[in-house]
Order: sequence, then C-alpha cells, then structure tokens
Amino acid sequence: MASRGIRDRVAIVGMGCTPFGEHWDKGVDDLLTDATKEATASAGVALDDIDAFWLGTMGSGVSGLTLSRPLKIAYKPVTRLENMCATGSEAFRNACYAVASGAYDLAMAIGVEKLKDSGFSGLVGSSPPNDGTNPSMTAPASFSLLAPAYAAKYGVDEAEMKDVLTRIAWKNHYNGARNPRAQFRKEVGMDVIRNSPLVAGPLGIFDCSGVSDGSAAAILCRAEDAHRYTDHPLYVKALSFVAGPAAGPIDPTYDYTTFVEVVRAAEDAYHQAGITDPRAELAMAEVHDCFTPTELVLMEDLGFAERGSAWKEVLAGTFDLAGELPVNPDGGLKSFGHPIGASGLRMLFECWLQLRRQAPPERQIGSVLDGRRKLGLTHNLGGAPGACVSFVGVFGAEPSA
Amino acid sequence: MAAGIVAWGVYLPYWRLERSAIGAALGGAAGTGTRAVASYDEDTTSMGVEAARRALVTPGLPAPGGLLFATANPAYQDKTNATAIHAALGLRSCVGAYDLAGSVRSAWAAVAAGQTRAMLGGNPLVVVADLRTGLPGSSDEREGGDGAAAFLFASQGAVAEIVASAASTGEFLDRWRAPGEDGSHVWEERFGEQAYVPLAHEAFADALKRADLTPDGIDHLVVAGLHTRATKAVAASVGVRREALAPDLGVTLGNLGAAQVGVALADVLERATPGQVIVVVALADGADVVVLRTTAALPAAQAARRAAGVPTVAAGLAGGRRDLSYPAFLTWRGQLHREPPRRPDPDRPAAPPSRRSEGWKFGFNASRCLRCGTRHLPPTRVCVSCQAIDEMEPERLADVLGTVATFTVDRLAYSLSPPVVFGVVDFDGGGRYQCEMTDVDPEAVRIGDRVEMTFRRLFSAGGVHNYFWKAKPLASEGSI
Repeated sequence: MASRGIRDRVAIVGMGCTPFGEHWDKGVDDLLTDATKEATASAGVALDDIDAFWLGTMGSGVSGLTLSRPLKIAYKPVTRLENMCATGSEAFRNACYAVASGAYDLAMAIGVEKLKDSGFSGLVGSSPPNDGTNPSMTAPASFSLLAPAYAAKYGVDEAEMKDVLTRIAWKNHYNGARNPRAQFRKEVGMDVIRNSPLVAGPLGIFDCSGVSDGSAAAILCRAEDAHRYTDHPLYVKALSFVAGPAAGPIDPTYDYTTFVEVVRAAEDAYHQAGITDPRAELAMAEVHDCFTPTELVLMEDLGFAERGSAWKEVLAGTFDLAGELPVNPDGGLKSFGHPIGASGLRMLFECWLQLRRQAPPERQIGSVLDGRRKLGLTHNLGGAPGACVSFVGVFGAEPSA
Repeated sequence: MAAGIVAWGVYLPYWRLERSAIGAALGGAAGTGTRAVASYDEDTTSMGVEAARRALVTPGLPAPGGLLFATANPAYQDKTNATAIHAALGLRSCVGAYDLAGSVRSAWAAVAAGQTRAMLGGNPLVVVADLRTGLPGSSDEREGGDGAAAFLFASQGAVAEIVASAASTGEFLDRWRAPGEDGSHVWEERFGEQAYVPLAHEAFADALKRADLTPDGIDHLVVAGLHTRATKAVAASVGVRREALAPDLGVTLGNLGAAQVGVALADVLERATPGQVIVVVALADGADVVVLRTTAALPAAQAARRAAGVPTVAAGLAGGRRDLSYPAFLTWRGQLHREPPRRPDPDRPAAPPSRRSEGWKFGFNASRCLRCGTRHLPPTRVCVSCQAIDEMEPERLADVLGTVATFTVDRLAYSLSPPVVFGVVDFDGGGRYQCEMTDVDPEAVRIGDRVEMTFRRLFSAGGVHNYFWKAKPLASEGSI
C-alpha cells in the first residue's frame, strides 16, 4: 500500500480562467461557458474533442447537467464533485487519474462558484437536517483561533503579530494589483489593512479573503500526447489529497498552530514529485490564504519555513513577489476572493502562466525566467483548523530527467 | 422520617435591568432598583433545568421519581416542556414528566402535587420557572423578573416537613392574558386587593387550624403573588411577628411570578434553623397556604450546598450584571425588531436527529472509549485515539468543569446578541469541545478561564426551540 503518484504522466495543454469578481451580469452558465471557451481555445481543441469532464462546485449546481446543459455537451461523461474549499483541485485530480489510466484521451476539469447571488456576507454553507448542536462558528472565527495560538507559542507579541498578518495581506494585494483577473486590483496600504473593522478575534476585514464569482478550467491529456496540442505543456508532478479525522476540535493536545492535514498532504506530494527541499526547489506556491493567519501557518506546514520562524520570514519578504519563494504571485484568495469550486484551478492557472513564462512582466517570477527554478505548487484546504481536507499539487513545464 | 422537601435549588439569571434605564428611554418615572432578566438564550424551560441541577447537586439525594414543571410562560404549547428538563437532567425514561402550565397558580398545583406524591412515596422533583414581561413601559415589564426554583420532595429525610396546607379560590378578573398576547391585563389594584385579602385570611386560618398553630408561633412568613398591594396587606394583617416576614426580593429581582414563591422559600431555607415554622402564602386567583417545619436535617443540607459551591439566593441578590441596556432587553424579548445581519437564518433542528442524539443534545453525554479512556464530544462510535469501534460508554459531562484553551469573538455569526464568543473548552479529566459561551463579557474572557456548562436555548427557528449546552464563566457574577 502506497501513494505512488503519476509524476510526468499527465500534461495540461490548455487553460482558461475568468476574471474573478462580482459578476452581477453573469450567471453560473456564463462563467462555465467563458472558462471553457478560453480553455479550449488555449488548447486548440473543439469542445467535442474532449472525452470526459470533471466539474467542481460547492453549491452552484448539482450533477453533470450543471455543465452539460449550458455547453450542450452531448452524451459524454460529466462528473460533478465537491470537497469543500479543495473542490476545484479535486476536479482536476480526478480528471488526471482518468487520463493517466488510459480510460480517456482528453479530459477537462472545470470549477465554478457563483457566490454573489445569495445576498449574504461571507461564505454560507448548508447542512443536512441535523440536531442543531453543531457550533455555528463562521469561517473567520474558526481561522482566527490560529493567530493568538501561534503568537503565544512562539512568543510573538500582539503588535508584532498584527504586523505579520498585515504584511501577508499587503503582499497579496500588491501581487493582485498586477493581475487583471483579480477581484481587487489595487495595492492596499498597511494602515488601511491594520485598522480595518474586526470580523472575528483579531482578524479585520482585510485579513479575510473576499467573496466573488469565477470559473477556471484545464484541459489535460497523457504526457506523451501533449505536443499534439501545444509546444508548452505543463506537467503534473504530484497530486496529494487527505481528509483528516477531524481530531483537533476534540483533542486537548491540538494547539491551533498547524494543519496536520496539510503537513501530511505536503509530505506525500513532495515524495511523489521527488522534492526534498521545497523552499529551495519551488519557484512559486499558490496557497490557500483564506485568512492571513492561515497563510502564516501554511508557510511552516508546507515546509517553506522552520517551525516558529515563518513570521520572521514574512516580515523579511521571503514570500514576496521578488522574494526567495514567491507565495501567491497572482494575488491569492486575498485578491481573487474565493469562489470555492474555482479557486484550486485558478491557482493552477497561475502556475500555467508563470512556469511557462507567460505571466505579465510585472509579476513574472525571476527564478523561472532565469531558469534557476522550475516547479510550482498549489494548495487548498477546506474545513477549519483541526478538522479539514487538504490538497497539494506540484507542477512543472519540463518533464523530469 | 418526615415527608417534605429534601433539597432545593434556585436559578437567577446573570442579567439585571436597572429600572431607571426604562424611565430614561421612555420618559416617566425613573424607578429604582433592578429586575432579573433571562438572557436572550434562556426561557422558562432552560432556567428550570438550571434550578433543578442546583437542587440535585448535593450527594446522597434520592433519585427523582417524577418531574412536575410549572410555569405561566411555557416555551411550547401542546408539547410537554418538562420532557426537555427530564432529558437535560438525564432522568431515566421510567420517570414521568408533566407540565402544569399557563397560569401563575400552576406553580402551586405543582407544589401541591409534589407534596401529595411525596407522602405516597414518589420523590417528585418540582420545578417552577417564570419569565415575566409586558408591553414596553408597563408595570409588569418594570416590576417583573425572571427566575426558577426547584424542590425535591421525599417521604423521608425532609429538611422541611409539611405540617398542613389549605386553599381558597375565587373567580375574579385580577390579571389575565389571552394566548398570544404580549402582555397581561390587570384590573384596578384596589379591586384585586379587596378580593384577595379575605381569601388569604380564610386559607391562612384553615392551615393554621390544621397545624394547631397560632400566628405568633410562625418563624418565617412568605407572602407571594403578583398583586403586590394585596400581598403587603395580607402580610401586615395575619398577625405574624414583623421580624418573621421574609424580605422582599422584588427590589432587586422583580416579581418572579410563578417562581416567586419558590425562590422566596429557598431563601428562607438557606437561613432557617432546625425546628422553625415556615408558612408560605401564595396569592393567585385565590390563596394557597402551606405550613412547614424545618428538621434536624437542615443544617447538613445547608452545609452540603456550601461545599458544592452553590451560591445562596442572598448572593444572587448581591450579584448580577447591571449594565444591560433597555434596547438590548427589548430585542431579547422580541419587542424591538432589529435589522438582521446579512446571513441566513438558522435552520430548524430536525426531529429525528434530535431524538437520536437526545443523550448529547439534552444530557451532554460524551462517549468514553472503554479501551483507552479517550473522551469524545460529541459522542462517536469510533475512537479517535485507538480506532476501537463500538467500545464506548456514555459519560455525562454537563456537570464537569472545564478550562478555556482558546477562544474567539465572532462578529459575523448570527445571534440575537452579537458578538458571539466561541470557546475551546478542555474538560477536567479529558475531552475537548468547541462551543458557544454565554453570560460572558467578550472583553474580559481569557485563555485559562474556568467554565461550567449551562443549558440554553441557542435559537428558535421554524417554531422549534433549539436547546443545547453552552459554556459560561464559573459562577458568573450574580448568576446562581
């Protein structure tokens, strides 16, 4: 029994990504159509060339009909799936296995979420009928538990911690300001971030990702077929996904300074990709910055910083666009919002641009341009600290030697 | 070997409303003193649970053989409210649970039935609770109060034995309320007084005659009733020594309606000595009188309650959080309709899952792994530590204290009283649960705070009251 991975066996040959934002004038069907249109054009294929589809959405539709109806996909397999905030990455992961197995030649993974039609603030989940005892803690409240726990464990005082979280939001908005697809395309001053109204615990509005609509899609095939479609494919190096036993909220030893699920998913992904030193080997990482303390903790869980040191690395600019390991070069959830089904594929879209040197010059990563680094990582987590699912993927523009 | 009361418990909510806050908002007389206010997450059922827990807290009591719940303000009609109390106390299914609900005098029906059952040997637990309010600016709003009391009766081992009782009844429109109305109606005060006083004298004389007692032999006299003028007139005219009159709790708590007589009697039991005669007179559509005599078992019961850390009624009078705003009070009582947050309304709890999880939802029973001892909240069948399947036993944690491991203040979550404080609670002896905190100052809560669990109504949706447990700071100031 082992997780073996499918390193270099599947390639992405085309991608599409809608602008993310408040699309008052576009519905789910429009977003799916826009992303599909861009992805098929990117791969130079017709929709009918695609053999099978995986659609990820948390709540913007049920069944494969959500995709086949608007796109008039005729009598093909369309799988609709959901895995909380990792939904988009899950659609991609499952499509990869279908292609790698030889069952299909060409597959599309697409994610979508239309959040802005609900009229509510923040994300809104729906539960099956229940006994009414589940804590109704909102997502910002759940993740706000990380900040004081981290600060206490590593002796970071309250003001320093605020600076660290502010720096993360500032950095992601700086990157997003250089991305025409982002929901928020302006830099935001540190004082505006620091003084934003409180939402939960120490988290202000600017510590939280936005609420937006969006869709993104990838077309993939077996690696040996990639050059039929493009001279510049992107290869899948690792796909890892874990669901935790949800032990944190019931285990007195859990201290809210780590996501065990992320640590495990990262270990598996690095093993699959043959990575031994992620900080030195990765050119970039797109991580699930749903809230600023989440990104801080992820830097340690993903092995980018030693335990207890990520806060210093954040302040030192290690993860800035021009830093040693740029994190969320596209602006992250902070700048894009989090249309749940789309986010994982939106992250992959940035790898698609960056690793193939097609990102706009103002945010193209230097270590890729000069060929020093070649790998990108995407990461999602869904749930809450101590009880979540996590995805880690690794991608590269060249097959491994 | 005396039949009577063997244990008592009182619950007074954490909040007090300064009467002057009403005057300041609405104009008119400023008013003095405070009234006790049930929090936004409390009702008569939840307060009844808390009073009953305090009655049953001392060791060595007989198990309740029946549950009688009385209130003038039931949370449900048609459905029995006592069943939620029964479940929250973890009573066995063979214990009957009944409501006597609707009128203030229901409380006395419960007490009388309790006495009778005790004499027949049934150990009934009698719980009385009330949540009093009226239209904004009304006397009932200003002078009412919220609280609960509980008494365990038994055929032997009483701390106060029942010597005699008597009743009188009259039909007159003193106060009334049609179902669904926001407040009660009252007739002119002097009309009620002239109706009540003779009825009280009649029942008082009968009871004393049956007890072979004269008024000067009474050590403690409690006269309760929502008609304050009549209760004062009765207390002053039955010939009892002035110093025997129980103090008026209304200045601080307000008139607790159906619960008033229970709280006042509990206060007397906390101060009385063995061999004293207590007479309780309750005015509600007539008069009910009971004569009790304290026994040699009383001091031990008083000491056991102190040892268990149960605060006295006197402590509750001195405590309480007094900075409740009048708009918040109106909001909690549903009399000020405020703009809701841009969040979905909570879903109604579903009946089958609530039934399946009765032990958890109402009894706060965790599961403990028989193999490795790990506690699970909520209870699960598979152990998170050793993965053993179906090797669990239920374990009640409702009465186990905990410590705040961490917490957050959620300003986005739906609540009648935002912000919501969520605590991660580590229980003494193991087990962790993330839950709402209540009766807590969001600015004052700290990691390491000691907490206890309290039975609350989380919200009501679709006509269903969602009862569950929350954590609150240990012995919240004024809340007993």
